Amino acid sequence: MVDSKQHWKAWLYLAPAIVLLLIFTVWPIFNTVAMAFQNGYRSLGSIAQVEYSWGVENFQKVIEYSDFKICLQNTILLCVTTVPISTILALLIAVALNSIKPLQKILQTIFFLPYVTNSIAIGMVFAAMFNIVGLKPEGVPDTWGIINNVVMFFGGEPINWMNPGSSYVANMAVMIIYIVWNALPFKILILLGGLQSINKQYYDAAKVDGTPRRRVFTKITVPLLSPMLAYVIITGFIGGFKEYSSIIGIFGDKMGPADDAGRLNTMVGYIYSSMADSRQGLASAAALILFGIILVVTTINNQVIKKRVHY
Amino acid sequence: MANNQNMNVMQARDIQKISTGQKIGQFLVKAGTYLFLCIMALIVLFPFYWMIISSLKTLAEYRQAVPTFWPKQLMFENYATAFDTASLGTLFMNTLYVGVVSTLLSLVITVLSAFAFARLEFKGKNLLFGALMATMMLPGEMFTITNYITVTSLMEPWQMDIGGNIIEFAPMDIWGALIIPFLVSIFYIYLLRQNFMQIPNELYLAAKVDGTSDLKYLWKVMIPLSMPTLISITILKMMGAWNSYIWPNLITKSHKEYQLITNGLRNAFSDTSGQVNFPVQMAAVAIVSAPLFMVFLFLRKYIMSGVSRSGIKG
Amino acid sequence: MKVVLENLTKIFPSRDKKSGKEVVAVNNFTFEIPDGKLIGLLGPSGCGKSTTLYMISGLQKPTSGKIFFGEDDVTELSTENRGIGLVFQNYALYPHMTVKQNILFPLQNLKGKDKLPKNEMLERAHHAAALVQIDELMERKPSELSGGQQQRVAIARALVKMPRVLLLDEPLSNLDARLRLQTREEIRRIQKETGITTVFVTHDQEEAMSISDLIVVMKLGVVQQIGQPQEVYDNPSNLFVAKFLGTPPINVFTGSVQNGKLYLGEEAVLDVPGVADQPVIVGIRPEGFELSNNGALTCGLNNVEVMGRDVSIVSTHAASVNPVVRSIINADNRIDTSSATVRYNLKPHKVFLFNSETEERIQFEVK
Repeated sequence: MVDSKQHWKAWLYLAPAIVLLLIFTVWPIFNTVAMAFQNGYRSLGSIAQVEYSWGVENFQKVIEYSDFKICLQNTILLCVTTVPISTILALLIAVALNSIKPLQKILQTIFFLPYVTNSIAIGMVFAAMFNIVGLKPEGVPDTWGIINNVVMFFGGEPINWMNPGSSYVANMAVMIIYIVWNALPFKILILLGGLQSINKQYYDAAKVDGTPRRRVFTKITVPLLSPMLAYVIITGFIGGFKEYSSIIGIFGDKMGPADDAGRLNTMVGYIYSSMADSRQGLASAAALILFGIILVVTTINNQVIKKRVHY
Repeated sequence: MANNQNMNVMQARDIQKISTGQKIGQFLVKAGTYLFLCIMALIVLFPFYWMIISSLKTLAEYRQAVPTFWPKQLMFENYATAFDTASLGTLFMNTLYVGVVSTLLSLVITVLSAFAFARLEFKGKNLLFGALMATMMLPGEMFTITNYITVTSLMEPWQMDIGGNIIEFAPMDIWGALIIPFLVSIFYIYLLRQNFMQIPNELYLAAKVDGTSDLKYLWKVMIPLSMPTLISITILKMMGAWNSYIWPNLITKSHKEYQLITNGLRNAFSDTSGQVNFPVQMAAVAIVSAPLFMVFLFLRKYIMSGVSRSGIKG
Repeated sequence: MKVVLENLTKIFPSRDKKSGKEVVAVNNFTFEIPDGKLIGLLGPSGCGKSTTLYMISGLQKPTSGKIFFGEDDVTELSTENRGIGLVFQNYALYPHMTVKQNILFPLQNLKGKDKLPKNEMLERAHHAAALVQIDELMERKPSELSGGQQQRVAIARALVKMPRVLLLDEPLSNLDARLRLQTREEIRRIQKETGITTVFVTHDQEEAMSISDLIVVMKLGVVQQIGQPQEVYDNPSNLFVAKFLGTPPINVFTGSVQNGKLYLGEEAVLDVPGVADQPVIVGIRPEGFELSNNGALTCGLNNVEVMGRDVSIVSTHAASVNPVVRSIINADNRIDTSSATVRYNLKPHKVFLFNSETEERIQFEVK
């Protein structure tokens, strides 16, 4: 079937894609790696014909840099909290949705809604909900904000979530709540799709055998859903390590409360701020480290999953 | 096993008890399920509700210590103020321009490449496709760093020495810088290739026998048959332009008039805590969110199927 | 454990909202399944046989009517409390569990006073596995088993909790022809060994006839006939049952009765004493023909298919409802294949008359 004409025709069709990919995908891979291994590399210097020596100085600097440690810590903290919380919540919601008939479609649509939002725009809404207007060192502010109103309604003390003087824990709590809220729709969609493709007869069989609800969940639903769960967890971790714009959404590009900018910076945030400072060597080294971490985490996940995913 | 029947004999009263017990249990589980779902749905919906009612409040009402759950006075002016403050009109037009141009060009490139990968035979096809797929594993930041350098240097007038002749190249404009680096998405090529491959090859061969040209076949057969995927790609690409923040922020740092909607919004209302005029800010957020909701309402099916296959946002 | 169905009815609300027509899947089914018997529910698809099975299992609730297990009214009882074993058409083996885990699963669900110690569970699982002869395969996953082996695992899983009633939904439909033959004898053997009242559903009449103690023929939700397989075959109560049972199928003619004689076309083919003059539908089993040079029934000869012990003669007749008339006769008979016609005498007990309107059986005396 292959005629020789097809060769040049194929390359002709592929030409636009290949030219663009060479410039914007292939070249960056080599160039970024090269920049990472040139000590103290700056693109401005490179234009001025400065020669940089080869070495791992950028990596050393990145790792020793105290800001980077904060970024790494924030990123890991957000990952290990939001991924399990959102996965479990999404699983519960998906199972509940799958078990009902009336209202299923409308609830499904509602739960998907956060997906079609702009994470920066809705971040601003969350910021408004957590923000205290007119906070004074002493006395009562103008308004505690709707979230604190709810906390107080249930008898709690109002918390300074994100205004100047707020604690790191409170800031992280805001971020976790927002990221979980944002991560739910995709996970629910995937898990519900997985649940709906499980043959109903397994449940009938379990019913005939008088299987208690909890056992049906742990012994049948979760194992049969394990490929989907694995997928959701891996993509969750990858997304978690690249967390950036949700923090921009809530805290702005200061990446932290007004009195402690950069407190909530993340790996990706660090990469972009190094870039903005025109320190491409550091940015590249940090990007490679991020890639390394994602690779390691994904491999570990895959290993765990191989043992746990049942078929 | 024949002698098991005695152990299973149940008294009528037991049966009665079991069946009522079960009915109550089932009812409680159903009620609990709905309660849980409704609470979660309220939590999911609450930010949207809060955005809308806040955007309609006066600043004074917003600052009341006791929150109101429906504005006393509907302040539609907030929307006009927001529109002007953030010059949302310009931002809309910029974003629309970038979205439409990049979507159209991207579709052409994607369709042609997917066709080559799905239907044509050439040396190194599988190797090339595999290599492209492998690049999807790399984090986007690795590309951004170099691409930013590349694009900024392309935005200067530049020249090339070809065999002694100095050739001047026109500098890339800001639109180009915003659009061109993201025209090729390997993922969309992959998605469409899968779709094309499901179309039986006999159709292509039959078209060849009839003397139909490749492009005509592509236009008349492949594209109509892959419409759902193409629509999904279009929507996701448009949503991508609408939601993109990092790249346009880098490119338009010193050219504010080219900002796209998301960074325009973020930069116009850079404060998110303290004494901000939240009603106006919420009005701006509502304006920016509205088109996304419209698209979602009308094209839910395509978005959800596209997302469940892709697992990427925008 | 006998199972009694009393006026069992199941009505499904219409799926098509516009027409609003309800579907009566099972209509007023009354039947007592004797203890320890193997019952085949038989009928074409959509006849309500599976619905009946699912109502006995409790997975579907009857719209009206009652179900008794022994003396217990279990109509309102949910599935898990009925003490039944159910084998699904696609077996529904849990793909992520080994054979052993699958068989153990029902036992691990037992709570309270029914709870078994671990070694007894294992013992019972092995006993069930041995019964269906899969004790070699205990550590395999379902995907590593053949269809027939999966079927056995499914039966073992249903048997392991010693059900009061065993239900099988189309147990053989997913097996190839050779396995089907083997497995149906297996089911018969297991049922005999355990003595558990067993109900199975099938659309394959041969399958039902070969292993059932009693068969129930259903059509569009209504029971047509209940009886021992041979009795139903030899004495169908209406045209549907006559047509549904038997391979090759019964030959159907339109004829009439005049003065105690059955006419097919112009020929009087059989004495049918005691039947009033009327138009009738006539069913003649393929084995109801005898070759005879001066036979009463003359058919146009098409061809002769040799099947070893028997031969099948394919012929035509103007009164036949089907395009051809098929008869099966002993291969010892000599047939002149060059002849244009073939003549038969009919065996009276293989000829059934049916009312041309109601299609109900009309009895006549066989001399």
